Amino acid sequence: MHHSPSRLSVPGPNRRSLLRGVGGATLLAGAGIPLLSACGGSGAASDPKTVSLGSNASDAVPKKAFEEVYAAFKKQSGITVDVNTKDHNTFQEQINSYLQGTPDDVFNWFAGFRMQFFAAKKLATPIDDVWQKIGDNFPEAMKKLSKGEDGKYYFVPLTTYPWAVFYRKSVFQQHGYQVPTTWDQLVALCKQMKKDGLVPIAFGDKDQWPAMGTFDQINFRLNGYDFHVQLMAGKASWTDAKVKAVFDHWTEILPYHQDGALGRTWQDAAQSVVAKKAGMYLLGSFVAQQFTNKADLDDLDFFPFPEINSAYGQDTVEAPTDGFMVSKAPKNHDGVVKLLEYLGSPEAEQTYLKTDPSVVAASSKADTSSYSPLQKKAFDMISGAKSLTQFMDRDSRPDFTSTVMQPSLQKFVQNPKGVDSLLSSIERQKKTIFASA
Amino acid sequence: MSTDSTTKTPEAAAVPPPGAASHTKRVVRGHQRLLTRRDRITLALMAGVPTVLHVALVWVTALASIALAFTTWDGIGFDSIKWVGLENFKQLFSDNPQFWPAVEHNVIWFVVLILIPTPLGLLLAVQLDKRIRFSRVYQTAFFLPVVISMACIGFVWQLVYNPDTGLINSLIGANKSGHYIDWIGDPKLNLWAVLVAASWRHTGYMMILYLAGLKSVDPSLREASALDGANEWQTFKHVIFPTLRPTNTVVLVVTIIEALRAFDLVFVFNKGAQGTELLSILVTNNIIGESSRIGYGSAIAVVLLLISLAVIIPYLVATFRKERRS
Repeated sequence: MHHSPSRLSVPGPNRRSLLRGVGGATLLAGAGIPLLSACGGSGAASDPKTVSLGSNASDAVPKKAFEEVYAAFKKQSGITVDVNTKDHNTFQEQINSYLQGTPDDVFNWFAGFRMQFFAAKKLATPIDDVWQKIGDNFPEAMKKLSKGEDGKYYFVPLTTYPWAVFYRKSVFQQHGYQVPTTWDQLVALCKQMKKDGLVPIAFGDKDQWPAMGTFDQINFRLNGYDFHVQLMAGKASWTDAKVKAVFDHWTEILPYHQDGALGRTWQDAAQSVVAKKAGMYLLGSFVAQQFTNKADLDDLDFFPFPEINSAYGQDTVEAPTDGFMVSKAPKNHDGVVKLLEYLGSPEAEQTYLKTDPSVVAASSKADTSSYSPLQKKAFDMISGAKSLTQFMDRDSRPDFTSTVMQPSLQKFVQNPKGVDSLLSSIERQKKTIFASA
Repeated sequence: MSTDSTTKTPEAAAVPPPGAASHTKRVVRGHQRLLTRRDRITLALMAGVPTVLHVALVWVTALASIALAFTTWDGIGFDSIKWVGLENFKQLFSDNPQFWPAVEHNVIWFVVLILIPTPLGLLLAVQLDKRIRFSRVYQTAFFLPVVISMACIGFVWQLVYNPDTGLINSLIGANKSGHYIDWIGDPKLNLWAVLVAASWRHTGYMMILYLAGLKSVDPSLREASALDGANEWQTFKHVIFPTLRPTNTVVLVVTIIEALRAFDLVFVFNKGAQGTELLSILVTNNIIGESSRIGYGSAIAVVLLLISLAVIIPYLVATFRKERRS
């Protein structure tokens, strides 16, 4: 029926082949969609020898460290861990749709409010059975971090790291500085450093989260852990005099922070400490990544943020904790329980830390003999803490911290005089965000 | 079969590929052949697939986001969508400290693009149109920024502006405490800094558009005005520029679109921090992420849509009126 078009009607064949090409392209695009969704639950549905795991450990070092852990688990139990790794930030941004779709049995996540949020949304499975076995391995503060609002366990912590004030020992020695333990000593030290031609406190807030770390430290030193929790959960008011006092303290030391912080990344700020241009830097212990020279790294030390209110001393440590959760309907429940029991053991943590020494074990039973002095100090600080916080954006609603707190804190750093109107604006926006849940 | 295909003829002739119109009229037999069953399937696919895609990706999503603008939704399960009426818009207009600055910055973006890179692009185009030597080299050089993706441009300029190690501050010695110039973080400076980067790219774009326009100006017009004794500026002002009218319309529309969709450059530059807030960035910040505020973000998107419509509808009305007249 179909006559092949004569060579004369040029558009015919050309258009057809073009169309075929377009059809092919559509098919390809169509094929792309199932490919994307396949990132979720991979085939092995009822295989008792496989547990699937969604990982955000896309950086080379953690990725390799996890591989070692899963290899050791396979040797011990015969169960294969089928890992789907996604880019760290992408994983975080897609977590909503990921958990609602066909997620892996187990996934990497953070302790605290961010874990409780998904537990309350029934997107995670409680794991009290696992904790009956691993409970003894963890200090009380870690247990508190692993429970949902309903009191059930939802999380197995693996590693953690502290926020503290980092400095170079040689700089302190050279100028004869003492580690400050009270607020007045800190202010005096800042003044002295400025006189000595140093930038007292390195600071870079281009990425918008480092300022949250400063707020957290002053807040729980001044108002205590409980107020931090209430404020982050949206229960306490941002127009409270206690919050105002936090900003007043911050205003006192803000002039000693590095100039032009809003345009600087934390990496650049860390470099000014490496170069001995800045005296102190309040950041997480991952700041050590910028100390690439071994001698510089050995020179790095830290102290906990000084005491402001004697009622609370230095009892709280900001220690963001990473670990694992179980998705709403794991395909291989027995395998999952076995895997989590292993991940909650000191052996798993030691295996991990062998490859990634920038963090410390969440368990109090893990062997500390192979720790560097810095790690040992971090470990002691965390295990000695009365309460652990997770960081503003992990302890509160992420939509609140990213759309309200990040720009507000930048505004404060830019213009510390406008605190009152800033706080009432935060409070107004907070009310609507927390009301919408 | 032949009757069947002849009845189909007018329909098919209504949608021929541009160059084939005269061709199909001449070769009627070839035309009949084109309408086999296979051709009809082909046509259905050609019209159907884009229609389905267009409806699904443009209309359904646009209408859905308009509907969502009147709700709150955290993106988890459809049962958590709650109707809130105009609440999102109320909050947006009264409580959001970033909204009005964002609108203002979008407007500034447009005004700057139309005032600086557009005349500059026209100037370059006029110069390059004079068949000067190495014209192609200059064309390529000026057009190159347009070929580079916005994200890369943002990244490159962000390195140039880096307050500590960037080119500018290192050259003028403004990276020491006391004389610090924070191009990226200071809200009084950063919008202008990023606009320099945007203008750098936009100039090349405008140049190419105007160059194409100038090439189509009838040479006899220049000749005539030269014979009438007009100097170069008079020729340009009274003869060339008026004939560029269609190009100017395209330029205006393109610039408005650029100003409204400005996003990637700023997002890479400083994530739309204080001083560089833009509507598109507010939409993204509210919608993408873990516990997203989809209703609120949609409300901002609807505002952006309304602004676009306010610009596009008068343009379309004018165009259609002109077409009807001719």
